[in-house]
Amino acid sequence: MILKTLFSQLLTRPATNRFPAKYMPRSVLGFLGKVKEGKAQLVPPVPVPPRFRGKIAYSRDKCIGCQLCIRVCPAKVIEFLPEAKKIRMHVARCTFCAQCVDACPVDALSESPDFLLSDTDRSSAALTVE
Amino acid sequence: MADGQKVYEIPIGPIHPALKEPIRFTFQVEGERIRGVEVRPGFAHRGIEFMGLKRNLIQVLYLSERICGICSISHPIAITLAVERAAGIEVPPRAQYLRVIFSELERIHSHLLWAGVAAHELGFDTLLHLTWKVREEVLDVLEELSGNRIDYSIPIYGGVRRDIAPAQVPKVEAMVRHYRGLLEELLDAFLRDPSVAARTRGVGVLTPEEAEALCAVGPTARASGLSKDVRQDRPYLVYGELGVRAITPRDWGLEPRGDVYDKAVVRLLEIGQSLDLIEKCLDEMPEGEITSFPKIPALLAHLKKAEGEGLGWHEAPRGEVIHYIRLEAGVEEPVAWKVKAPTYSNLMSWVPMFRDQEVADIPIIAASIDPCMCCMDRVHVVRDGSGATLLMEELLKLSRAKTERVLRGLSPAGGGA
Repeated sequence: MILKTLFSQLLTRPATNRFPAKYMPRSVLGFLGKVKEGKAQLVPPVPVPPRFRGKIAYSRDKCIGCQLCIRVCPAKVIEFLPEAKKIRMHVARCTFCAQCVDACPVDALSESPDFLLSDTDRSSAALTVE
Repeated sequence: MADGQKVYEIPIGPIHPALKEPIRFTFQVEGERIRGVEVRPGFAHRGIEFMGLKRNLIQVLYLSERICGICSISHPIAITLAVERAAGIEVPPRAQYLRVIFSELERIHSHLLWAGVAAHELGFDTLLHLTWKVREEVLDVLEELSGNRIDYSIPIYGGVRRDIAPAQVPKVEAMVRHYRGLLEELLDAFLRDPSVAARTRGVGVLTPEEAEALCAVGPTARASGLSKDVRQDRPYLVYGELGVRAITPRDWGLEPRGDVYDKAVVRLLEIGQSLDLIEKCLDEMPEGEITSFPKIPALLAHLKKAEGEGLGWHEAPRGEVIHYIRLEAGVEEPVAWKVKAPTYSNLMSWVPMFRDQEVADIPIIAASIDPCMCCMDRVHVVRDGSGATLLMEELLKLSRAKTERVLRGLSPAGGGA
């Protein structure tokens, strides 16, 4: 029964994906720096399904400034820029429900497959969409 | 505490490594035996209902989803049903089937999660890793269908937000087939394993009479032999047509005893029941619209006009969840919102279950009702800066004093009624 399952697992690959590296690096930030320099190889994350709800992508040109997304956003992610009549999104607060995407009347918002969003600064450029 | 020499008190919690969420137990222990227990909840109270009264209904929907991470379909389904009743919104048939599919997928992942936790509490970590490894497959399907691994954001007032595309159907069917094969293995590992039976048989017994008197719900009540399931007793969505029947240990060929073993039996068999329901839904699901409000502004306008109150109920993996909502025309926010989570009904079954058990069985008995404190905690009493317990009589006295105060203020003479 369970013993059979256990022994058969000795011959199969691990169920987990070894992200970001096969063995835990001493410093993750240092390792990611090395990846940027091209000195180390990143074990890629598990691919996401086609309609994954990741970081919201914003097309500034299409936006008409109707503020409907601001009305439906449950986490108050979206800030209105009155002069430009455009929006700014603070992704650090986002709950990825994508209700703003459904609400947008001109399809200025869409779901991107981006999900590696951790940062030490919550107002960094990567976490601000405008 | 008649015999102070022999009976000791062991406090466990609010924060304790054996507990997944904060709650405080005070056990009266005589040697290895538990003689009594006091349960004090309220440490995970976040004021969710109050927050809901300051947001419009669409925002409240996602807030309700975050009451509990595991029941992140059950709470939205209950609140959408409540709001749909209050605002008189029809749900297209296809959306009803889709809601059932998502809630059954959630039941599978929740019961597998519980099975892993239960195995861990028994010290059977091999089984924990096995169940949680196989749980990933249903989470992958949920991610494929909804776009999120957890907190699916699928139900919305008037329907659902995402359809199951024809290309995705084979993936769901493959998952159902895979789990059917696997379920036999899991039943074997849990129910036919002598060490699991030795640790769970006769442990944490809840008799049918006690379950009935304490209003236990969900698998906790069904393990005691009560045929109690909201999907069967008060059908909603399309559960009536699907013909759901409450599962008790009798389906495994055993007379119910209400112990931890029976609770495992019920939960594991319900995985099979959910697989059947998903397959049936995929077969019978009609074509058509998935929501009666494809445009969000129209939905917001309809909800703003709506006036009335509604009750929504759903059989969550842990039992019956109820949402009550009251809407007033002209305001976007609900004027009242009440959530009753299954753990609230199941909490008091701990008291008879712990009686005369061993200290070493505390973790598995506590886990056996599949408690969810963050679902349940609706109130935390703080008086004079300290956490205090208010009894029914005290509350009644406070209420009467307030009536008197109010009446005094109202009467012109200021003398009272």
